[in-house]
Amino acid sequence: MLPLDEQKKPENNLNNPEEMDKSSGNPEELQQESSDSKMNFGEKNDVVPDSPKVPKTMPEKDLTKKRASIGKGSILAEPIKRRSFFSWLTLAWLAFTAATGTFFGIMLRFMFPNVLFEPKQTFKAGYPDDYNIGEVSVNLKEKYGVWIVRSTEEIYALSTVCTHLGCTPNWLKNENKFKCPCHGSGFRKTGINFEGPAPRPLERFKISLANDGQILIDKTKKFAYEKGQWSDPESYLMV
Amino acid sequence: MLTFILLTFFFIFPPNDWFYKWNKKFKLDLIWTNKGGILILLGLLTFFLFGLTDENFKLIALKPDNVPIVGLIFLVAFFTWLSMKQATENDKRIDNNEKVNEYHDPDDKVLTWPDLVYIELIALVLCTVLLVVWSIALPAPLEQPANPTLSPNPSKAPWYFLGLQEMLVYFDPWIAGVLFPTLMLIGLMAIPYLDTNKEGVGYYSFKQRKMAVSFFMFGWLVLWVLLIVIGTFLRGPNWNFFGPFEYWDIHKLEPLTNINLSDYIYIIWFRSGLPENILLREIGGFILILGYFLILPPLFAKTMLKKLYQKLGNFRYSVFIILILFAMSLPIKMYLRWLFNLKYIIAIPEYFFNI
Repeated sequence: MLPLDEQKKPENNLNNPEEMDKSSGNPEELQQESSDSKMNFGEKNDVVPDSPKVPKTMPEKDLTKKRASIGKGSILAEPIKRRSFFSWLTLAWLAFTAATGTFFGIMLRFMFPNVLFEPKQTFKAGYPDDYNIGEVSVNLKEKYGVWIVRSTEEIYALSTVCTHLGCTPNWLKNENKFKCPCHGSGFRKTGINFEGPAPRPLERFKISLANDGQILIDKTKKFAYEKGQWSDPESYLMV
Repeated sequence: MLTFILLTFFFIFPPNDWFYKWNKKFKLDLIWTNKGGILILLGLLTFFLFGLTDENFKLIALKPDNVPIVGLIFLVAFFTWLSMKQATENDKRIDNNEKVNEYHDPDDKVLTWPDLVYIELIALVLCTVLLVVWSIALPAPLEQPANPTLSPNPSKAPWYFLGLQEMLVYFDPWIAGVLFPTLMLIGLMAIPYLDTNKEGVGYYSFKQRKMAVSFFMFGWLVLWVLLIVIGTFLRGPNWNFFGPFEYWDIHKLEPLTNINLSDYIYIIWFRSGLPENILLREIGGFILILGYFLILPPLFAKTMLKKLYQKLGNFRYSVFIILILFAMSLPIKMYLRWLFNLKYIIAIPEYFFNI
């Protein structure tokens, strides 16, 4: 015998039009089922089917399926045991962690490529005599992103990144200024900003003389004017 | 030109009764009739047809990149006119106690199918046709491979971001690139909570919601569309400002030397050097900014926007006025830059804090 409420279920469904719609949508079918289940499970009940269409015997499996789909009962035929649930849960978490870990591992590896096509951050820029006094050299702009300026007393290397939003300004020889094409910031030959929205002067790179007498520029070390770093002897080269 | 637009704007789209009175007196609402529309169209057409005879203008206006902006000018003008025409017609009907134009008998309802779906289908087909024809007729311009050390001159953002790019000329990146766009989105989302006026739902009307329409139009037409047009047609090499028929000379020299407010205060007025202490140096800017956001709202609440303040209550009024003040700060800063070459009101480049 099944518990009482299970027996009652089909009838309950019949009384509740909403649940009936969910399960099959056809009231006639439901009626048939309910009478069927009564016939099979209530062994001592002698219920005669009302309609002649109903087959007298239905396969047992079919019936359980249908009964499961009606009402609130579990859809699974077999209940999951607590122990196996936890072991599956552990496995799922392990798989998830492994997959995520691998993903971020690959991402991290991507950050350190085998071959770098970038130019070196530290490079030699020829001899001081290669640069004329009062001129801005744009030769290294494309490859290394620096302008090398020689004034009467010193040589310094300016970064070609605009301090406003990072476009690359152009050196306008006639106007004697650097001018950014994106928002119109202007910088003097020294790198000091004087027009447009740029909030601070261009940065200078560390510059020194190598053993062979060439200029050595180290882009990893920057000097910002507004922090008073341009007086640092590493930021310029006396000639 | 921009000054003219800014000055006339609130007479054309009056936000309160005072402006509305003048609007009526000058009969500016005649713009929103058929005659007015035809006049606007003819004006725009003559300007462009006349302009195309000029080589410099032709080069810019017919560049495949810029053709949509020319289209945008006509379309924005047309749709603004159309909606305002329907709104003024409805206003008249409401004044005469008639039903609005959008009212459908018997119970103010239309059917989704077929009334709406048919229109959508036709619009969809026409749009597709237009896009196909357009992409065949005006091929997208191809340029050289990208090079990080070589920015094209002028470097222009996609057209829909030109307004942002124009804002970036006047503000530090974190304001124009982060704060303002965020505020725009928040402000647009806040509109239904700030404006609880139930009139004008489901039909066009201007008179019943003057303030809402007026402020929206200001943000849309002046702070967005106009900046896009300026960015497209009037900004040339080195992001210099060029007149509509001017040759885009790369070597155009414009004296734009900008100075900060602190320089103005200490060097020009007090004739002393800048103080060492950052806070002391920028105190003038801080006072101005705090005054702008702390003194103006209660001032407006007591005077011009008294009615609105009573209607909205403390909290909603504060949110509203702060959003409006942020929106107004853009034209204010633009004028400060143009008139006084003022770069930043508060300038602390040491901590990337510039306003």
